[in-house]
Amino acid sequence: MAGKKEKSAYAEFVIEAEELLESMGDRLTALEKDAEEGNVDPGMVNDFFRSMHTLKGLSGMLGLKNVSDLSHGLENLMDMLRMGKIDFRHGAMDALFSGVEILSRLVARVGAAGSEEGIDISAELRRIRQAMEEKAEGDRDVTLENVGLDQRILETLTEYEEHRLLDNLRRNNSLYRVEAHFPFASFDRELHEISEKLRSQGEIISTLPSSDESSPETISFDLVVGSAKTRKQIARSLGKRKGVTLHAVECGGTPPPAAAPASREPPERAAAEAGYESMTLKSLSQTVRVDIRKLDNLMNIVGELVINRTSISQISQELLVLRGFTGLAVDLSKGARNLERNLRQLQQAVIGSRMVPIGQVFSRLNRVVRKLSQDFGKKVELTVHGEETELDKLMVEDLADPLLHLVRNSFDHGLEAPAERKKLGKPEVGSIELRAEQRGNHIIIEIEDDGRGIDVEKIRKIAVDKGLLEEGHSADEQSVLNFLFLPAFSTKEKASQMSGRGVGLDVVKTNVARLGGMIDVETELGVGTRLTITLPITLAIIQALLVEVGDEHFAIPLNSILESNRIYKGQIKTVEKREVIHLRDRTLPLLRLADIFRIGGSRAANSDKLYVVVVGLAEKRLGLVVDSLQGQQEVVIKSLGEVFEGVTGVAGATELGDKKAILVLDVGALIEEATHGS
Amino acid sequence: MAKHWCLLVEDSPTMRQLIIFALKRIPGLEIVEASDGVDALKKLPGQKFDIMLTDINMPVMDGLKLISLMKNNPNYKDIPVVVITTEGGKEDRERGMALGAKSYITKPVQTTNLLKVVKEIVPGL
Repeated sequence: MAGKKEKSAYAEFVIEAEELLESMGDRLTALEKDAEEGNVDPGMVNDFFRSMHTLKGLSGMLGLKNVSDLSHGLENLMDMLRMGKIDFRHGAMDALFSGVEILSRLVARVGAAGSEEGIDISAELRRIRQAMEEKAEGDRDVTLENVGLDQRILETLTEYEEHRLLDNLRRNNSLYRVEAHFPFASFDRELHEISEKLRSQGEIISTLPSSDESSPETISFDLVVGSAKTRKQIARSLGKRKGVTLHAVECGGTPPPAAAPASREPPERAAAEAGYESMTLKSLSQTVRVDIRKLDNLMNIVGELVINRTSISQISQELLVLRGFTGLAVDLSKGARNLERNLRQLQQAVIGSRMVPIGQVFSRLNRVVRKLSQDFGKKVELTVHGEETELDKLMVEDLADPLLHLVRNSFDHGLEAPAERKKLGKPEVGSIELRAEQRGNHIIIEIEDDGRGIDVEKIRKIAVDKGLLEEGHSADEQSVLNFLFLPAFSTKEKASQMSGRGVGLDVVKTNVARLGGMIDVETELGVGTRLTITLPITLAIIQALLVEVGDEHFAIPLNSILESNRIYKGQIKTVEKREVIHLRDRTLPLLRLADIFRIGGSRAANSDKLYVVVVGLAEKRLGLVVDSLQGQQEVVIKSLGEVFEGVTGVAGATELGDKKAILVLDVGALIEEATHGS
Repeated sequence: MAKHWCLLVEDSPTMRQLIIFALKRIPGLEIVEASDGVDALKKLPGQKFDIMLTDINMPVMDGLKLISLMKNNPNYKDIPVVVITTEGGKEDRERGMALGAKSYITKPVQTTNLLKVVKEIVPGL
């Protein structure tokens, strides 16, 4: 009975569940580190518990039994951890790590198939039960009997808060009560501010609000804080604040020093009254969830505007030519320029709204590496840089698998076993570094390991054995490394072991190429390997180079262009019946667009000098021979529909301002054509 | 028909949507959403509410603190409160009832039960 409503509830569920699991996964890594140092942040544990609790509630309501049962088990485990009934030991951490992993898979399955069948959770449930039997060591008994807190505060404590209060007493921490009176208009902000300050000094155990009918413009809070710091230190951190008083609380032991106010002034009356007017039903939250399809639609509209803008600019140019720099023509030209600027801002804003930090993927990789390290007994440290770098949401999702593949490759084939590393004089703990950064309209992602590197000579030999390369051919290192990305190379077990690489790299290449990206490999034998992925920031609106061949125009996506050169006919050589040139230390195959699209009257055919646009996709490079370069322009790619399906080398069409449609080249297909086609 | 107002305090947006979807079956009931205790404090003075449904376990400020404030403030003390908890949250549910909550609902929320509780508490629905 999957009605429309239920389907949309599933979609909502998947979004929220993914967010929850993502944030839990992030916390787990930190939690494990803290647990090893014996310094677990109770707030983090409680957040984790609450996330699990929410997930359980949601899945229960939608009747997702597996998600609900597993999250229930993990919630119970977290509850025992936060209540101090069990310790953070290996059993508990392992159960959490693998539990979150399985939950993610279940949720992904619900998202993709609308059902959670096919994933077994019984092993997880067993693991959780075992972890829950690892009882904590007994603690010194303390009670709340002699604690000098008001009954009103004590009776509103949740079970968890009560536990935290007792735990603070057990650790011989001092208790403090912060009394705060804030104007209604600004209490949320001020409460947040002092809470942040207090959290830097200790743990906020409870926040109890109270309000008085006689002064509805004021709202008061009692914050109970446990801390190892002295009253003076905490007072200093709070600073002088209107309406905030710090009290030490008697803990039943030696009486703490008498309270002295941080400041005892009442909240400012006038300000408070003004604030009363601004009572609101508005939400506090600053974020809105939007279906990515709505953003796609917005992007399309912006695309249409870009086309219209171009046509207005052209009219304005023509008018300037016709009328000269006079009144109306100049006004239109100014207007067109303003329109152009605003439109660019709009476009950037729309693109910006689709952007998410790549850290989302990086933290998943972190978990994978941790698990690999545990399972295979290879010590490895994963360091990440630039996790805040932003990328189109859809691209981030599509990147997850290729990156996972590359990191696994580094782990499996790159990094040596600890004993071998020791023998080589390398640090026992291997290193994998992930870096992301934005350069112009591109995102550069690097995966670098300090493992054994790739033996280029061995790959050359295999390539010769397989007939991919002629014996004695002087192919440069880069060309040889590119063989790694061929499917034939990847699937052979033997090849992958000998080369130390190559498992599924063809799949990675396909994925990256689909995103309009490129891959480069650099390696040094015995020192390590670095893979660099270069991606465009977004896919829908692109910068393109317009070129002319005969009477035809084409658009080449700028993000796949490396450079454009003017070369002499004499530089062109023929290797195996194909035209190539040597550009710096690389052999670059050439492709004449006039030949591919059978265009007559190309000037390049007879000219002494010709233009070559060097394009790249994944690890491959190609030079496109054209008649002339017409300049750079923003274009919106439109699908050509079924009619043109099967036409090689065309990604779609775009309209220029003059309403003339031109073809946008599919660089990937052209490269494929040039390197494999006859 | 006179409108009745309900304040729904729950930190999970999806759970809020599911509860609102169920509550929409009651004609004349207007729902204001709050994402936690502090958010609810902001919204309480903005409307005369006939009922409040609140989760207990929430970030920033939990449901118990919210109930305590309401029961100690003459402006809000008469707003009937319904606590939403999981079956496991017995302890916290009892604390909520002790503070003056009128009734409770357990998650997973059963639509019929939810509607029954709300209709019992708000006269005229």
